[in-house]
Amino acid sequence: MSIRFKIEPQRKISLNLAELWKNRELFYYFTWRDLKVKYKQTVLGLLWTILQPLIMTLLFTLFLGDIISVNSKIGIPYPVFALSGMLLWNIFSSGVNNAANSMVSNANIIKKIYFPRLIIPFSAILVSLVDFLFALIIFIFLLFIYRVSISPLIILYIPLAAIIVCITTSGFGMLLAAMNVKYRDVRYIIPFFVQGLMFISPVIYPISITNNSFAQTILKLNPLSGAFELFRGGFTGYEVNFMNVLISFGGSVLLFILGVLYFKKTENFFADLA
Amino acid sequence: MKPILEVRNISKQFRINQEIQPYLSLRDSITNIFKPKSRKEIFWALDDVSFDVMPGDSLGIIGKNGAGKSTLLKILSKITPPTKGHIIGNGRVASLLEVGTGFHPELTGRENIFMNGSILGMKRTEIIKNFKDIVEFSGVEKFIDTPLKHYSSGMQLRLAFAVAAFLENEILIIDEVLAVGDAEFQKKCMGKMKDINSQGHRTVLFVSHNISAVQSFCNKALYLKEGKVEAFGNVKEITGLYIQSQKSGELANDLSHLFKNKRAKIQSISFIGESTGELDAFSFYRSQIIRLKFVMNILERGKYNLSVHFKTILNQMICNLFTPVYELNEGIHEFSMEIPSNFLNDETYKMDLFVVDNASIPIEVINDIITFEVIDDSERVWFGKFEGVIRPDCITFQKLDE
Repeated sequence: MSIRFKIEPQRKISLNLAELWKNRELFYYFTWRDLKVKYKQTVLGLLWTILQPLIMTLLFTLFLGDIISVNSKIGIPYPVFALSGMLLWNIFSSGVNNAANSMVSNANIIKKIYFPRLIIPFSAILVSLVDFLFALIIFIFLLFIYRVSISPLIILYIPLAAIIVCITTSGFGMLLAAMNVKYRDVRYIIPFFVQGLMFISPVIYPISITNNSFAQTILKLNPLSGAFELFRGGFTGYEVNFMNVLISFGGSVLLFILGVLYFKKTENFFADLA
Repeated sequence: MKPILEVRNISKQFRINQEIQPYLSLRDSITNIFKPKSRKEIFWALDDVSFDVMPGDSLGIIGKNGAGKSTLLKILSKITPPTKGHIIGNGRVASLLEVGTGFHPELTGRENIFMNGSILGMKRTEIIKNFKDIVEFSGVEKFIDTPLKHYSSGMQLRLAFAVAAFLENEILIIDEVLAVGDAEFQKKCMGKMKDINSQGHRTVLFVSHNISAVQSFCNKALYLKEGKVEAFGNVKEITGLYIQSQKSGELANDLSHLFKNKRAKIQSISFIGESTGELDAFSFYRSQIIRLKFVMNILERGKYNLSVHFKTILNQMICNLFTPVYELNEGIHEFSMEIPSNFLNDETYKMDLFVVDNASIPIEVINDIITFEVIDDSERVWFGKFEGVIRPDCITFQKLDE
């Protein structure tokens, strides 16, 4: 059995999906490694994925719950609202963070062996997605506790919302991961960037919290907003603006394409720079 | 027969400023826009390299530090693209530029076998199929479910080698990995790799500073010099050429710019004797006495002595040596140092130099001031490397009952 290959200077950007597919097991191994390592030597282990959003929800409910419930019609108990936001948000914040640092933290591997580089930031995001799936369990509990009535469409909405967030996260993640290899400024920008983005996303408050039309436009244009709307659309009494969802989806796809292009354009030189 | 690897006109260019800075910052990038382009110095790490490798060949790649050996391997393993030229290959390539790539200290031995194997390009089913053999080969059965961080470095290495030994790729690229690890196990690994090779399955490309390992393991050799192919062909011929090429010259001339102090500087370090080499990587035979000459320029009269940290290339300290304290007048003074023959191992060594004021305060410390290599020229029974940082023949054995 022989496989012909050719090595030459890079001319055009090619996604090379066949190569990604051939190396599909590596997605699994990198994700698996990160998950394993993350909770090694912790007493609570996986419980942390549930505890983190839960504690945050508790705090938000304590300090903001009343104000937000009174001022804007969210239609569902605030803890449910906040936790739904936190869960989706965590995919994004931890995903972008992990992905952006993934190339640098795996530099020793990148410099020593070849495999499609895209696997690295994607696996980092998969870790966040797995965390989300675990945390979803506690969310379902909360739905029962508060007796929130849900529409059957929720089975469709939640995965769709998660997919939009994942696409956005990948877009930002790839862009930042590639930039981080060259410009280490990125790692100082990320915490600030993620925190800032949380304020212009309907994570712990709905879009209707502000009357300022400019602020509302920003909230709507944010590719994450539609995902949050969609996620909450499964609760009876919460109205989804599908136009927003569509804008979000378009925005996230655009970001994704931008991310892939930049990543592929620069990936050949990662080993020289990292 | 068709070559398994056709390397054609491969060139690789680096910009010097990339080499110096580990990474860029946005600020530098922005300020660079306003600077003239000519600031970037271009450096060809590889320059028009072409050669063919036949199926079943073991090719040893030799050359001094900075000759482009590692860059060539990185291009062959697709880690970095060439600037010019192309390579056509016929087979799956596995590269071992490092042993245990992807090993994670928190994962267990078992988990690391899967992680490392899969990074090296093995399929999960292949790893499962070979798992028992890998564990047995590594000899760490007892600790297979212990996190890697509790392994000794020797055990980690064994595990890493064991995974690599079960690669089934047609082309194997190995970089200097045999410079570390215990001899017994290396012998086992080399044996296994050679086995596969003699069956005509595998082609091996092998970089090493250990000329005797290259001689015994390879049938062909490629000698790189300053990014160009100096010679290519039969291993005996090429390695002979390489050793002979170490012509006379100074080990390190004009060192004074390294010294910032205003009292005492080392001007040069050179080798006294018949065979000497060029700046940087110096080669000596093990059977040779190594005499070094230090030329010292004293700018301020005083009591001085020199101190040397003698180390291996892996920063393992061998010993700390120093001269007596001398009362020195302004001007040039010379000192010599002698390392007996058959004392060092075949290894690359380096020295840190301290200029000390009156045996108490170091005035100046220059790390890695010289680097040199010792080549084993003795008749040897096996091609593996002897363990240890030195190999003194003055320690002898005798049979007493005769």
